[in-house]
Amino acid sequence: MSQFLYLYRGGDSAGTPEQMQQNMQKWMVWMQDLGAKGKLKERGNPLENTGKVVKKKTAITDGPFAEAKDIVGGYTLIEAKDIDEAAAFAAGCPIFDNGGFVEVRPILTMNM
Amino acid sequence: MAELDDHLFRREAGRMVAALTRLFGVHNLALAEDVVQDAFVRALEVWRQRGVPENPSAWLMATAKNRALDILRRERTARTYAPELGRALESEWTLAPTVAEAFGEPAIRDDQLRMMFSCCHPQLPEIAQVALVLNILCGFGVNEVAAAFLTGHSAMEKRITRGKKVLAGSKRLFDLSDERDLPQRLSAVQRALYLLFNEGYHGANPELAVREDLCVEAMHLAELLLARPVTATPATKALIALMCLNAARMPARVDATGNLSALYEQDRRLWDQALIAKGEQLLDHSATGTTITEYHIEAGIASLHARAHSLEDTNWPMIVSLYDTLMTIRPSPVVALNRAIAVAQHEGAERGLSEIERIAEVERLADYPFYFGALGELEHQRGNGEAARTHFLTASARARNPLERKFFERRAQEVTRA
Repeated sequence: MSQFLYLYRGGDSAGTPEQMQQNMQKWMVWMQDLGAKGKLKERGNPLENTGKVVKKKTAITDGPFAEAKDIVGGYTLIEAKDIDEAAAFAAGCPIFDNGGFVEVRPILTMNM
Repeated sequence: MAELDDHLFRREAGRMVAALTRLFGVHNLALAEDVVQDAFVRALEVWRQRGVPENPSAWLMATAKNRALDILRRERTARTYAPELGRALESEWTLAPTVAEAFGEPAIRDDQLRMMFSCCHPQLPEIAQVALVLNILCGFGVNEVAAAFLTGHSAMEKRITRGKKVLAGSKRLFDLSDERDLPQRLSAVQRALYLLFNEGYHGANPELAVREDLCVEAMHLAELLLARPVTATPATKALIALMCLNAARMPARVDATGNLSALYEQDRRLWDQALIAKGEQLLDHSATGTTITEYHIEAGIASLHARAHSLEDTNWPMIVSLYDTLMTIRPSPVVALNRAIAVAQHEGAERGLSEIERIAEVERLADYPFYFGALGELEHQRGNGEAARTHFLTASARARNPLERKFFERRAQEVTRA
């Protein structure tokens, strides 16, 4: 088993209350499913959409750091056999309903 | 991890917007709606990762409350807020307690009432009042209100936007202690809730789930009227009684195969006895005072149906006489049609048909499928199968949704076979 990071990028979840609740329910189902399959290592956290970009001591600027549509809104740590399996699980993420996407990144491990 | 109750967001949207508008003032309704939207977006961002909190309603309310405090502090000079609250929002000493109080349970219920009365503004047509109530207090999006009424999105959007302009222009939320305007406005509110319930009960939307939602929302808001002495009038009690007694029959309106089932073929064991008991009790309590409203009469009719063990066992003469009274209070071709059907039940199909012939302004029923449905049933009862079939086919051509169409097609086939 290897570990992977899901980065949730972009997506606009605004809608009617009913649509937003349905969206929330899809997330609950998806996360529960990841957990039930033993893939969920750490649910992760949401990230604020603001922040600072620090390039060197004297160059601290306000975020965002990417185009608004690509901002990372949160992350989750998962376990999977390989990157293909990790990507396949990400395909069920409800973020696509809102125009966002998931970036799947392998956690680099050192083989010593 | 906590679960989400069905329609929790929708319900909380109405509660939050009522409380926020109370603080911001009715002219800042759009700001209140933005804060509500933000609270949901925030909830989604946090909950999707951390899971739903133990008390999601409290979480949403706290988020909206904090955002309100933030806005009230930051934009203190840029905006004017609720004139009703006077200077309470201006000093830091009174701001926080005022906001905290506005988000308390009793205050929110009062705010919902005030908003309900404000939506039923006399400058707005009844249908716009109902649309506003659904949009603002029940958390239905414009597209969902449009879908519930089978109206186009842009037409509904115009109606709601115009309604909100009138609402914002009214400067203040309706004051429930206003003894001069209360009776008239209360009757507009009752009417709006009645129309909302009826849209759910008899409306054209093909999805029964949507329609039951409308009934539930109407009953939920009507309960708020019951909670305050000034609004818990005999007419309010009669209105809720009629909702309960009719809603009790809902579980039997669709049979096991998903087909519409008429009163005479319903399995009466499926009727909701708890709702019937509640309706009967309210109907008893509504029988005070000097005015008898259409709600009293309609609740009375529903009660006679609820008490009957079968179609034959129903007190039809009493129902006819209640329809007679209803025709004097609120005459309409639909009421006259229902009266004629009741006449036919105890005096025979011939009498029923001649009553139908006498309906004034019958042309207003030209698109009403149940008018042709009634003609079909009565022709069938007097042995005129061919005429019955023609009427059922006409009814099916005017059906407003697939459920109704299937029902009339089935009847057309059955009378041909008989």
